[in-house]
Amino acid sequence: MLTIATGNKAVAAAVKEAKPAVVAAYPITPQTEIIEQIANYVATKELDTEYIPVESEHSAMAACIGAAAAGVRTFTATSSHGLLYMHEMVHWAAGARLPIVMANVNRSLGPGWNIWAEHTDAFSQRDTGWLQVFVGTVQEAYDATLMAFRIAEDERVVLPVMVNLDGFSLSHIMQSLETVEIGDFIPPHHLTHALDVENPMGYGPMTGPKDYFRFRWDIERSMRDSRAVIEETEAEFAARFGRKYGPTEDYCCEDAEVVVVSMGTLGKEAEVAVDVLRKEGVKAGSMRLRWFRPFPDLDLKGREVVVIDRDYSFGFGGVVAASIRAKTGVECYNVIAGLGGQEVTYDDIAEFVRTRRIGEEQWFGVSE
Amino acid sequence: MSEIPKEEYLKPCTAACAGCSSSLCLRYVLKAAGPDTVLVIPACCTSVIQGMYPNTAFNVPVYNIAFAAAAACASGMSRAFRSQGKKTNVIAYAGDGGTIDIGIQALSGALERGTDFLYICYDNEAYGNTGMQRSGATPLGALTTTTPVGKTEFKKDIDAIVAAHNPPYMATASSAYPLDLYKKVKKALSIPGPKFIHILAPCPPGWRYDSDRTIEIGKLAVKTGMWVLWEREYGKLTVSGPSKTAMKKPQPIDEYIRAQGRFKAATPAQIAELQQAVEKNIERIRKEEEGIC
Repeated sequence: MLTIATGNKAVAAAVKEAKPAVVAAYPITPQTEIIEQIANYVATKELDTEYIPVESEHSAMAACIGAAAAGVRTFTATSSHGLLYMHEMVHWAAGARLPIVMANVNRSLGPGWNIWAEHTDAFSQRDTGWLQVFVGTVQEAYDATLMAFRIAEDERVVLPVMVNLDGFSLSHIMQSLETVEIGDFIPPHHLTHALDVENPMGYGPMTGPKDYFRFRWDIERSMRDSRAVIEETEAEFAARFGRKYGPTEDYCCEDAEVVVVSMGTLGKEAEVAVDVLRKEGVKAGSMRLRWFRPFPDLDLKGREVVVIDRDYSFGFGGVVAASIRAKTGVECYNVIAGLGGQEVTYDDIAEFVRTRRIGEEQWFGVSE
Repeated sequence: MSEIPKEEYLKPCTAACAGCSSSLCLRYVLKAAGPDTVLVIPACCTSVIQGMYPNTAFNVPVYNIAFAAAAACASGMSRAFRSQGKKTNVIAYAGDGGTIDIGIQALSGALERGTDFLYICYDNEAYGNTGMQRSGATPLGALTTTTPVGKTEFKKDIDAIVAAHNPPYMATASSAYPLDLYKKVKKALSIPGPKFIHILAPCPPGWRYDSDRTIEIGKLAVKTGMWVLWEREYGKLTVSGPSKTAMKKPQPIDEYIRAQGRFKAATPAQIAELQQAVEKNIERIRKEEEGIC
């Protein structure tokens, strides 16, 4: 069905389609609309789920963990300080191998108090063992949320998945949305290590170095296996519903001499910048990273690379740029832009490319 | 004791200290709950007592969770089981630190939401698992490793805090009176909604007494009125048998205090304050039972 919706409503619509048995969540700007909508679905019986309005994000993730351990499909949503408040349990969910799906509406962190888009919140969860996908449109927010359940619950993965969407610039803007009836796209939920009173076991007890090390390796092995699962899932999604996604979304990259790498809504802005640059005769392309964990293999050799980071690791550099340098060995021009919702237009992005200084870093709009 | 099942859900291979009363309590809790039970435990002595992976000393599924998260985890678990049509008992079994201090927010939330679960706080009045640091449940005057000259504040009244949430059932219990505990767990699990049982669990290394005196110390707590056994069902308080007798003529608290090394630095003024608090508490409970307040 074709409609128009905000990014938040799109996520909620996907959750309705995926039918989690338990949703535990706490409202936080700009995620609030997601859980309001889910609460409405539950109230109007459009969604048969146990909705638990918890008293904090720490408890939201803990309740999802308890429910997931009991063997049911679970969902939560958060943002910014909420995500950081649940950080301990974010680790716990992955360590306990629970396929929880969470929408994170990317938002900056105080102080100063700021409610607008930034990716630092998600990146602060980088090493928790969650898969992380970043979306660029309302439609993609919907599609990625659906696929997240399927990927998380695949027996080769059994890890939680975080669907990231930019605060306000996606969570609150309206775009066209085509909802689907998923049929058997997401199979019935089955967790092999669900709590079973017929077969009592201890979950998450004290573990010595040898076994602990093996458990960590198991997470990494599943993270590696998840690449194939993601690829299969996205291919099947394309075959069934006609929308194709990959680890990156590439625009005019084939013959590009300079590639703009970015994430989230800035990636869509970068595509327009590429059009502008192409008219000027600059062979530019845009590569929007969709998956941050597992980190994709990027084909950037022999090109000039401009990386826009909507985040920063203080005392070090942009997180995406650092990841690209480490993974590909390719040097880049690192532009720090869009923090706290700073406006970054396609003209600005075109200018980043025109004035690129490979090997250097620029804080957009800041003169030193 | 003949009504207590012979089945054991706590195996004799636990990693508990000699004379550990909280593991004794757990033994009776599980006997009362039976095999269709899942335990949720935060960081506490019980997470050590269960043993080290891949072994477990418990014969029911036990879910270990972060210190602050027991009640919230149990909350999600309970809703998931009920949504699957399962009646499985969900019991959060947490120490005083995980209940009275770091876990109080999650406990309050779960109670307020009417979660169908039993929350048991076994209270050894300190962070026993990590070597006896002060908790909000440590009594006035008691030595811990972080109150090296004795605690200068009173014990936090978690029962009053829980009561303010108006759960359908709450009770106190003691490891020295296992039949009373067993009956209370049985009753709690027969009632839908949130239930809370607060157990005094003397700790030989923490309280500094010989491990063969655990039951004796527990009984002294009741006989002196330092610990009063009662249950409150749908708001109606009833004093339990052992405390009914004790409240008629409580023994002075001195005997209880002197039996433990942890009070050796308590000043006469602090002991007098403790004695006054005991008398005030007994009076309050008596009045509530009589319906005066």
